Amino acid sequence: MRLLATDLACIRGGREVFAGLSFTISAGQALVVLGPNGVGKSSLLRLLAGLVRRTGGNVILEGGDPELSVPEQAHYLGHQDSLKPALTVRENLNFWVQMLGAHAPSADSPSIDQALTTVGLGSIIDLPAGYLSAGQRRRLSIARLVTIKRPIWLLDEPTTALDTGSQAMLAQLMSEHLKDGGVLLAAAHGPIGLEAPAELRLGSTTQHTPGNGHL
Amino acid sequence: MNTLSALLVRDIRLAMRVGGGAVIGVLFFLIVVTLIPFAIGPDLGLLARIGPAILWLGALLASLLALDRLIAADYEDGSLDLLLMARMPIEIVVAVKAFAHWLTTGLPLVVATPVLGLLLNLDPQATAAVALTLLVGTPALTFIGLIGAALAVALRRGGLLLAVLVLPLTIPVLIFGVAAANAAITGPMSFGAPFSILCALTLMSLVIGPVAAGAALRQGME
Repeated sequence: MRLLATDLACIRGGREVFAGLSFTISAGQALVVLGPNGVGKSSLLRLLAGLVRRTGGNVILEGGDPELSVPEQAHYLGHQDSLKPALTVRENLNFWVQMLGAHAPSADSPSIDQALTTVGLGSIIDLPAGYLSAGQRRRLSIARLVTIKRPIWLLDEPTTALDTGSQAMLAQLMSEHLKDGGVLLAAAHGPIGLEAPAELRLGSTTQHTPGNGHL
Repeated sequence: MNTLSALLVRDIRLAMRVGGGAVIGVLFFLIVVTLIPFAIGPDLGLLARIGPAILWLGALLASLLALDRLIAADYEDGSLDLLLMARMPIEIVVAVKAFAHWLTTGLPLVVATPVLGLLLNLDPQATAAVALTLLVGTPALTFIGLIGAALAVALRRGGLLLAVLVLPLTIPVLIFGVAAANAAITGPMSFGAPFSILCALTLMSLVIGPVAAGAALRQGME
């Protein structure tokens, strides 16, 4: 499986955010998008998630499900947690699992309770999400990535609001995802806990610095 | 199917728990309808004559009340992003949301109509006619409102823009809703003709509303 992006261009609010951006991520590889604020890291992730219109270029997932578009095979973890304060922790996760999950769930995907235990919310399953702290809300969103199997993970500053223990937990989940042959793209300002991921530096000069993989 | 029922259940549950939707809408409907007799005085004949129109206007305004939360709430907390990434066309997603919205705001108005009919000196037959036209017509109000709700999100404008956009589009529904109710009460026109047109308007809005709202949301992606 390979995620191929060729010649991507994005215009937002009449301003060109980036153009001519190409990269390849192979199965089991992570690509960290770096760059100063406002350079288009989030725009790139949202573009790949199909939430921002692509003004040029192409995105293909080789070896993916030919019936599905790239966004339909991707998980997006943005700045917002997509949680309803009035629903309990379990109801929130359960809704997204039913909404985003495959029609026939695979046998190896964890149950909702298992996923919530993995992210450390096992003891507050029936608490309304409105009472959660920012870090707990983040972890509940992360539980979504674990419960529903989608091969592409698009993470926008995933470590925000997480304590060190949760960051280690997230790093563990990310390496498991990569070990299963998934693809991961993360926007970050600092290390996200993966060992030597490939880097894509957005900015005045759009260059790639290959890490351990080829780009 | 499982996906759609999950969305339907979630939206209904949210409307019930947040405690806005149904109760507020019905209370607003009650207040609008109660104000009219105070404004025009205790003329029972006049009240009975304009009763259907008042009930329809009240329902129209009440159904507008919760409309701006229909899509904006999901947009603000990021849920809309994920709904767009579901393996389900956004048109169907918004149609289900609108149906849930009608069940929690439109249907209670229909249920409340017989009680409010008493306030306007409507006899049981007239009240039944108004309730029937509202039952058929309120889905049209919701699904036309859906277009406005999606546009308000796509254009990043809230509240009042929605009312300005939606109210003119609801005029045909209002005309034929009131005409059908009046025909049933006073005649001489037959009830069937305006009622059939009302049904047609509703069926059209059920198709056009989700498609237009989906197009607005896609267009607004930025």
